[in-house]
Amino acid sequence: MQPIAQGLFTNETPPRLIGGRDRATGRIVFPCPPREGFDQQPLGRTGTVWSFTIQRYRPKSPPYCGPDAFRPWTVAYVELPGETIVEARLTGVKPEDVRIGMEVELTQIPLDEDAAEHVMIHAFRPVGSVP
Amino acid sequence: MSDACIIGIGIHPFGRTDGMSGMDQGAFAVRKAMDDAGVAWPDIQFAYGGSMDAGNPDTMVERLGLTGVQFINVNNGCATGGSALFSGQMAIKSGKFDLGLAVGFDKHARGAFNELPADWGLPDWYGEAGYMITTQFFATKITRYMHDHGISRESLGRVAAKAFRNGARAAHSWRKQEVSLSDILAAPMVSDPFTKFMFCSPGEGGVALVLASEKKARELGKPLIRLKAAAMRTRPKGSFEVFAPSIDIERGRSATSLASVEAFRVAGIGPDDIDVAQLQDTETGAEIMHMAENGFCADGEQEAWLAEGWTEIDGRLPVNTDGGCIACGEPVGASGLRQVYENVIQLRGHGEGRQVPGPPKTGYTHVYGAPGVSAVTILER
Repeated sequence: MQPIAQGLFTNETPPRLIGGRDRATGRIVFPCPPREGFDQQPLGRTGTVWSFTIQRYRPKSPPYCGPDAFRPWTVAYVELPGETIVEARLTGVKPEDVRIGMEVELTQIPLDEDAAEHVMIHAFRPVGSVP
Repeated sequence: MSDACIIGIGIHPFGRTDGMSGMDQGAFAVRKAMDDAGVAWPDIQFAYGGSMDAGNPDTMVERLGLTGVQFINVNNGCATGGSALFSGQMAIKSGKFDLGLAVGFDKHARGAFNELPADWGLPDWYGEAGYMITTQFFATKITRYMHDHGISRESLGRVAAKAFRNGARAAHSWRKQEVSLSDILAAPMVSDPFTKFMFCSPGEGGVALVLASEKKARELGKPLIRLKAAAMRTRPKGSFEVFAPSIDIERGRSATSLASVEAFRVAGIGPDDIDVAQLQDTETGAEIMHMAENGFCADGEQEAWLAEGWTEIDGRLPVNTDGGCIACGEPVGASGLRQVYENVIQLRGHGEGRQVPGPPKTGYTHVYGAPGVSAVTILER
């Protein structure tokens, strides 16, 4: 099991996303830009759904590296209070049950469940749902 | 300073033209525009040309004639046409030139655009995980907007039904088949809440506009359709754009609203003075949100506007009278100039089955695209 990229998650259990704080303005963004002027900042693990949609078709490859077999997934923007609004998949909730304002927490899911070696991406799930 | 006037317009029909390059569609449009203006290629003193996927516009001189003309290429994403027109306008207003043209053309592969993260300053994982998808952005933006401002799915459908109705009456459109509101709403979802009829597709086409100083336009005996304003803006702080791994909690304005305010300031008129508008409709939600971002109504009022038919051909502000991107497709380099072409048609009273009554005296165009660019023009006769 490995993350899809270095520098996205903290090395703790459970992990947090690593954002970037603009030294000049205090603005927080995700991911942390790999350039001068930003300090790494672990982001809060819980937030609320700000908006969402369902991805209904398989994205083109490249750049998409997910499995050939396609199942729709939910893409959301999750507001982390006082920090930023992060784009992420939702898991553990049916598309028709997703609501703006729903409380969610950070988790990790494999990009391809059937792969021998799981590549993990960030996602949020409803607070209190079974991982 | 002289206003720049549009004295000639030409278009190669949008859609799919197998066996004809994008460049040839652009050259076709240039010839049409010169015929319309009553000028010849050796008369042209400058050109600004734009294309995203169909080659370097200046190489068109091979097809049009090696006159040594100054030909500058413009590459500004979805604002390419608007940027070419802005540049052409400035060339005239400076007094340096009195006759030139803006041309845009494109020919995109079938299906959605296939963008790579590195080209947009984004890390590779963003594309690998399936986020380099423009439809995700448009869908999440409208979902939040519908929640905040009480816009219904029926309104999303009404915009598409209008687009196909108007497109069926425009010679240059791609989609000529009307589609009923119920069929639009019941069609398969692409990115919720949008069905397949609510999105435009990348396509092909070419548009050219001949620009002249007022003095030159009078010499040529052409009716004066003045380009009162052309403005292009990039995104401000707190905007929400295509391909955004995160957005700011404190919401700000958009590239569109900045370009719009600037264009109205330069033209010295306001949204209430506009008789016909062509607004970026990458999907139907975009048209709805852009009605407010361009100052034509307050957020949420679109629901009533659409229910009352106020953006129809005979409404108080007809919007996308040729069916917009939804009926014409979006060849990126040509799309913004198509909007201006359509407004010239409308201001001349040549819109036939889709003619706005009056005919209108003022026309407004607006394009928007990744990663937060917008261009606006205002025409007046």
